[in-house]
Amino acid sequence: MVLGVYLSANSMIKTDIIIIGAGPCGLFTVFEAGLLKLKCHLVDVLPQAGGQLTEIYPKKPIYDIPGYPSILAGDLVTNLMEQIKPFNPGFTLGEKASSIEKTGDKEYTLTTDKGTVIQAPVIAIAGGLGVFTPRKPPLEGLENFEDKGVDYMVKDPEKYRDKTLLIAGGGDSALDWTIELSAIAKKITLIHRRTSFRGALDSVDKVMELAQVGKIDLITEAQAIGVAGADHLDTVQIKQKERGELDIPVDYFIPLFGLTPKLGPIADWGLNVNRSAIEVDTRDYSTGVEGIYAIGDINTYPGKLKLILCGFHEGTIMVQSAFKYIYPDQKLSFKYTTVTGIEGIS
Amino acid sequence: MPKDTIHITVTDREGEKHQLEAPTDMNLNLMEVLKSYELPVEGTCGGMALCASCHCYIKSEHELSTPSEDEEDMLDQAFFVEDNSRLSCQLRITEDKDGLEVELAPVS
Repeated sequence: MVLGVYLSANSMIKTDIIIIGAGPCGLFTVFEAGLLKLKCHLVDVLPQAGGQLTEIYPKKPIYDIPGYPSILAGDLVTNLMEQIKPFNPGFTLGEKASSIEKTGDKEYTLTTDKGTVIQAPVIAIAGGLGVFTPRKPPLEGLENFEDKGVDYMVKDPEKYRDKTLLIAGGGDSALDWTIELSAIAKKITLIHRRTSFRGALDSVDKVMELAQVGKIDLITEAQAIGVAGADHLDTVQIKQKERGELDIPVDYFIPLFGLTPKLGPIADWGLNVNRSAIEVDTRDYSTGVEGIYAIGDINTYPGKLKLILCGFHEGTIMVQSAFKYIYPDQKLSFKYTTVTGIEGIS
Repeated sequence: MPKDTIHITVTDREGEKHQLEAPTDMNLNLMEVLKSYELPVEGTCGGMALCASCHCYIKSEHELSTPSEDEEDMLDQAFFVEDNSRLSCQLRITEDKDGLEVELAPVS
């Protein structure tokens, strides 16, 4: 309940509805809230909006969005971003919603893992399947070396200048970072489970070329089997199909195996969580905790379907309830966009 | 006469065996059947071979179709991958899989 000193150290954002999760459901909720003149601020751990649609299946067609016989997931996100633009939502991307605290009457304070502080009377959790977190190879002691030689993502390439790196993985991020870091690192070894790569063709060609000219060491049909070091990681043990076990001396080990959603901090917020989903009242998708709603894939109720179109509905109903909660004395007249447009509203 | 129900044996991560019955006429995949029996399989992506959370090992000698490039790509992001690894969402419940024996892969 005590805000503490961190507020003074960080600029604070104030809004009407904090939406946790910038997937399709969270994005469309901005539109429906905007029609009621409620401002939204979205928080998402991913560096871009769109949630699963952008992160997992941007090129997959979706066939059950009303009015679109078929639309690519990535295009749906682009359209949603366009649709909510008039309402000028705030975004905090690449940051995880770590904690929420009730800090006053109709006031919640959300803090991210990077220290961003956002205040609002209402929180809408549109967290989908949870927080996208890097897949960590199940190697004994690996976690002891996190930030001491083991990085699951590349944040600042300069960190790796003149260093010896081992990158593991076969997708775009493993290939792209191998290419980019090969220009500044002292030595890069790339290891991969198979001989073929799933990354973009030109990236694969480029990596092969770098390997041929000796700029990088490419070891296929290999996986990491152990890590060692004193305070800082200094060796990764790998196993190659023909060559057997090898010790690779490194400054940094960067395993890039994609992201996977985990429920994360939401589980600790005192909500009714049932099999990784938040129980809600279907009248307004409220969680039972005043001012906190849950919409989209993250919620559950009898008859729940995890569909984007159902999430759109849930967000629409939810903002009506949020309005009445924030402004109990104001009358809310329901308007069709065909009658009022959105110009005057935004 | 074609069989409309097949039997599958699943070994969970605690080593316990489960006998499953699965209809062949409902266009199901193995991941969906595992989930319907409340076995601990995530199936996060819903069956698009896009998440590797339904990774399993095939223990019986059934001749299955070879994994698609998409499935292999996704197995690249799984751990504990063996020669008999499959994504259960890519295995359709068909008559020829009667008697299939499957083990759930560990989760990291």
